[in-house]
Amino acid sequence: MRHPKSLLFIALALCAGASFFTGGINPYYYDILITIGINIILAVSLNLVTGYTGQFSLGHAGFMAVGAYSSAWITLTFGFVLGTSLPAAGSVYLLALFGGGLAAAAAGLLVGVPSLRLRGDYLAIVTLGFSEIIKGVIQNAEPLGAQRGLGGMVQHTNFFWTYAIVALSIYGILTLVHSTYGSGFLAVRDDEIAAESMGINTTKYKVLAFVIGAFMAGVAGGLYAHFKQFIHPEGFNFLKSVDIVVMVILGGMGSTAGVCLAAVILTILPEFLRTVSDYTWLPGPVRDLAENRMILYSLLLIILMLTRPQGLFGKLHFIRSKKS
Amino acid sequence: MIEFLQQLINGLSQGSIYALIALGYTMVFGVLRFINFAHGDIYMLGAFAGFYTAPKLLSLTGGGPSYAGAALVLVAAMALCAAAGVIIERICYRPLRAQPRLTVLIAAIGVSLFLENGGQFIFGADPQAFPEIIADSAIELPASWGDFASLTITIGQVIVIGSTVILLAALRTIVLHTRTGMAMRALSLNPLAASLMGVNNDAVISFTFAIGSAMAGAAGILTSIQQPSIDPLMGINAGLKAFVAAVLGGIGNIPGAALGGVIIGVLEALVVGYVNPTYRDPLVFAVLILVLLFKPSGLLGKAEREKV
Repeated sequence: MRHPKSLLFIALALCAGASFFTGGINPYYYDILITIGINIILAVSLNLVTGYTGQFSLGHAGFMAVGAYSSAWITLTFGFVLGTSLPAAGSVYLLALFGGGLAAAAAGLLVGVPSLRLRGDYLAIVTLGFSEIIKGVIQNAEPLGAQRGLGGMVQHTNFFWTYAIVALSIYGILTLVHSTYGSGFLAVRDDEIAAESMGINTTKYKVLAFVIGAFMAGVAGGLYAHFKQFIHPEGFNFLKSVDIVVMVILGGMGSTAGVCLAAVILTILPEFLRTVSDYTWLPGPVRDLAENRMILYSLLLIILMLTRPQGLFGKLHFIRSKKS
Repeated sequence: MIEFLQQLINGLSQGSIYALIALGYTMVFGVLRFINFAHGDIYMLGAFAGFYTAPKLLSLTGGGPSYAGAALVLVAAMALCAAAGVIIERICYRPLRAQPRLTVLIAAIGVSLFLENGGQFIFGADPQAFPEIIADSAIELPASWGDFASLTITIGQVIVIGSTVILLAALRTIVLHTRTGMAMRALSLNPLAASLMGVNNDAVISFTFAIGSAMAGAAGILTSIQQPSIDPLMGINAGLKAFVAAVLGGIGNIPGAALGGVIIGVLEALVVGYVNPTYRDPLVFAVLILVLLFKPSGLLGKAEREKV
């Protein structure tokens, strides 16, 4: 990347330009388009934690939930403090996205701290546990709608904001990991002990990865809440986390382009499979399988690990094998 | 006091189930140093193995619920689960043994998701009623016990706790007093040295998976005696809690897993009885996080130094 900043501005301008033409799109395709954007942000942010820093997390949906609920709470409570005009409500929305991100970052800090002492399998379970605890807290919080879910947000999220944030996220992650400072993330992933003996503060990098990743997931949650206009604790369950993990693994850990591509493919795939189940000329079991995307995802995970553990587009060997 | 005792009994029988599942986690971790994420789903397979074999096996022993028939169902489920565990290890984990641990972990998550969703596909997603293999009812306590006579102890609870004790004793004998058990212990100390001493590592690892999975299968049947409603996702929660139990007891340590299972079961029963049932699941994770933060080696485990 020779001119990353100018690329970013070009991308932002393209988003603004394209957003003039999204009005006429079929709502179904528009929904998919926005979902793709949100999934890209989620996958890219998890990629910083798992792909670049080597910390396996199964709780990314938890951070998304924190961001979605806090930003929804902000717009529901303060939505019209600055007036009811679109610019006023819109700026509250942007502040709410930021606030949701900050709340999720705080949660990320909470998870990052135990991660100092844990690795691999344990960390996966602890992050899973944290996201279950977050879900449990929301399910018991009356002001957040508890089991009923939370609705009534204004649909602020549109094509421009979604893809502007996508562009900013990709730009942010790429410039971060390609900077001198950011090579610390890669060092922690490749060999933690060696990195530590070279004077890298591995603890700081691990926590930082969690905090930045969680912040972006929180913003994605805010986008989601203000697009769907209704959020429910079960929407941020373990399976949502697995969806994001599959995107990162399929794309190839540590490859931002691959992960983006995987996010696009895996958002469209279930929709495509849904249409496959309408083709009556296919044998019944094939159609049934197509309807159940999680069976395919799980097989995909197993086969990918057996044949190409670095992911479809990954070049790097993440965490080298250590034989004790 | 009576209520406390009652919760303790309920907790003990639930804890026995967790203990049986936790053994599989801890044994596999002992020999392979990895967490078999799919282990909770083996427990689900055990329940469904019982669901499908029970009508046939019960008709062999006279048709109605009977102890002999229940024992047959238990053995059948254990055998089927052992086979499933061995097959999973052979296909998904053995080829990855030299790979980084993260690869194996992801493969294990894949297996777990496959069993859950494949189960929903084949068995149906709705909960099913487990056939009655033992006539479960409350035991009449003698009136001479005074206040204690008001305790409710069911035949199912007695069978669960009794079977768990028997299975644990059998496992202890296998691990401590047989050649295979010695090989397992050798392997968990040092795989390379064990293979140099003539231990067939592959066979021992298969055997470990078989035993651990059989225990989970037994847990699947025992739990269905008490709560006769089974579904393909029942393994997720039970598996996670059993994992927490294994970590609490010190992962890799077999008596620790049993102890951890009982502690988790009793804690859960106390929270349900005295605090609020909705805090049951978050509590277990809070226990896990506290253990990992303050005593990562668990109650009975030994701290391991990291080797460079």
